[in-house]
Amino acid sequence: MIKAILIDDEPLSRSLIKEYLERYPEIRIVQECQDGFEGVKAIMQHQPRLIFLDIQMPKINGFEMLELIERPPAVIFITAFDEYAIRAFEQNAVDYLLKPFSQERFAKAIEKFMEHSGDPLSATATQPLLSAAALSPQQRERIVVKTGGKIKIIRVEDIHYLEAADDYVKIYTKEGSFLKNRTMAYFEDLLEKDQYVRTHRSFMVNIQQITRIEPYEKEGRLAVLKTGEKIPVSKSGYARLREVLDV
Amino acid sequence: MATSPLAPFRNRLIFAACWLLWIAVQYQTLLEFQIDPAIALTDACLSNTLLAAMLALTIYILGLYRPQKKKYLFLLVWCLALSGLWAVIVKISLANLFDDQPDYLLFLAKSMPIRFDITFLVAGCAAITSMLWYSQEEQKQQESRKRYAEKLERDAELYKLRQQLQPHFLFNSLNSISALTVSQPEQARKMIQRLSEFLRGALKKEDQQWVTLADELQHLQLYLEMEQMRFGHRLSTEIVHDEKSPAFLLPPMLLQPLVENAIKFGLYDTTDHAVIRIKASVDRDLLTISVENPFDPATASPKQGAGFGLSSVQRRLYLLFARNDLLSASAENNTFLTILKIPRHDQGHPDR
Repeated sequence: MIKAILIDDEPLSRSLIKEYLERYPEIRIVQECQDGFEGVKAIMQHQPRLIFLDIQMPKINGFEMLELIERPPAVIFITAFDEYAIRAFEQNAVDYLLKPFSQERFAKAIEKFMEHSGDPLSATATQPLLSAAALSPQQRERIVVKTGGKIKIIRVEDIHYLEAADDYVKIYTKEGSFLKNRTMAYFEDLLEKDQYVRTHRSFMVNIQQITRIEPYEKEGRLAVLKTGEKIPVSKSGYARLREVLDV
Repeated sequence: MATSPLAPFRNRLIFAACWLLWIAVQYQTLLEFQIDPAIALTDACLSNTLLAAMLALTIYILGLYRPQKKKYLFLLVWCLALSGLWAVIVKISLANLFDDQPDYLLFLAKSMPIRFDITFLVAGCAAITSMLWYSQEEQKQQESRKRYAEKLERDAELYKLRQQLQPHFLFNSLNSISALTVSQPEQARKMIQRLSEFLRGALKKEDQQWVTLADELQHLQLYLEMEQMRFGHRLSTEIVHDEKSPAFLLPPMLLQPLVENAIKFGLYDTTDHAVIRIKASVDRDLLTISVENPFDPATASPKQGAGFGLSSVQRRLYLLFARNDLLSASAENNTFLTILKIPRHDQGHPDR
């Protein structure tokens, strides 16, 4: 039996997938979820092999939800009309279904999943998809993290600074720090270049937070934030800062 | 400014070749008249180089200024003056250079009229050619501007059409219908009818034609009913209005985006039940419509303020009324409130 989870906020859309799935007794929907929060919980609990995932959902979208899962299962996306999403899917997702889709089209997606379900790549194929995906406008404005059992949405402008920590990046805000399993390079790509400056190999700072820059030891400098925290600034980081601050 | 005929490399090459050819022809001709080869070469080079320089100047000036009327008269006068000036310079400089050669001086004096004629012909040809070139260039530029303007217009129209049809909404509704056909065919039929009515209404709408609030609300009702079918128990709507407001006229497609926005934020920013409240009232000559939806202040970005996708409504209001204070948005606790005000127009069709 193949465990699957269905995540879509529209009841009618869910019922259509369930109807189409009646022809596949080997695939069993172990849980239906109305939003990404429920989705994350259900995936952790059931460890499904396949998820049907809507993209536009309350609170966090389908992409953001997948970011929160360590080893995402195979995904079949369901969407109405998302140009940016379609671009990304073409290469990596198991499949994507454009609403409204037929039983035949659905069957093809399942077939595709079955073909690949044996190879270990199918689960990991989602990861490159996420990094390759052109980010949705929402994802440029906020960052979704998991803290304890909870999901936290951080507005980009609320970030004070970022610090690299092994395979993670630590995000500092006024509410404390949060870990995100992404690299500094990812954030450099994501965040506005004229607002967030990589001051150091391991640090990136929101320039709105800087009050002053003071010298430190021989060549180095420190950026002092409104909170009083001091962030290392390397030589090249200082050059980037000066360029952005135009001094 | 149109590109000069001397801008392309090929044309410069042609110009230079003509210049050299003309030198050679004149040199050969002078030899026929038994002129000393050294003098003949100087004569040919000097007169033709001067001519070439003057023609280049003419082409340049025509690039800067071309008369709109009587352009051929202008060219005629210009070329006559140019040739005259050319003849004077040639005559004086050659006479000074070879003042010890009486035979040549005599020949020069005699040949001046024919030299003037030939120069006038050459200058005329060059000037007319470049004039034609310039007008052709101008025409090309005009055409490309026209094409560009047409493209912009087409794009805007397509965009408008796309907005009217709202593909996202359309596809989602079709998907809901697809889901309903097997389990609840009656509901499916109802939804098809609503969708058709909604589309017909959307296609009928014209930018200029003002509509009554009653019509607008009816159209909105279709939309809301379909959204309710899609989202089931999560969405409910309340529409309240006073006695006077249904007959009030307002520009079309101002209310719809506000409600779409409210639904989008109400449904996608919270996971709870969302109630969208729409209230309309008339106070003297002002129609006030408020749209209320729940939102989560912790995750929605307040920076966007009246933004929230409302900027296009704001712009339309400005274009219609030249006022920026007709749309306001505020957030309190967990409620987002948008207020739209429409002044009364006596004729109802102020744009006509």
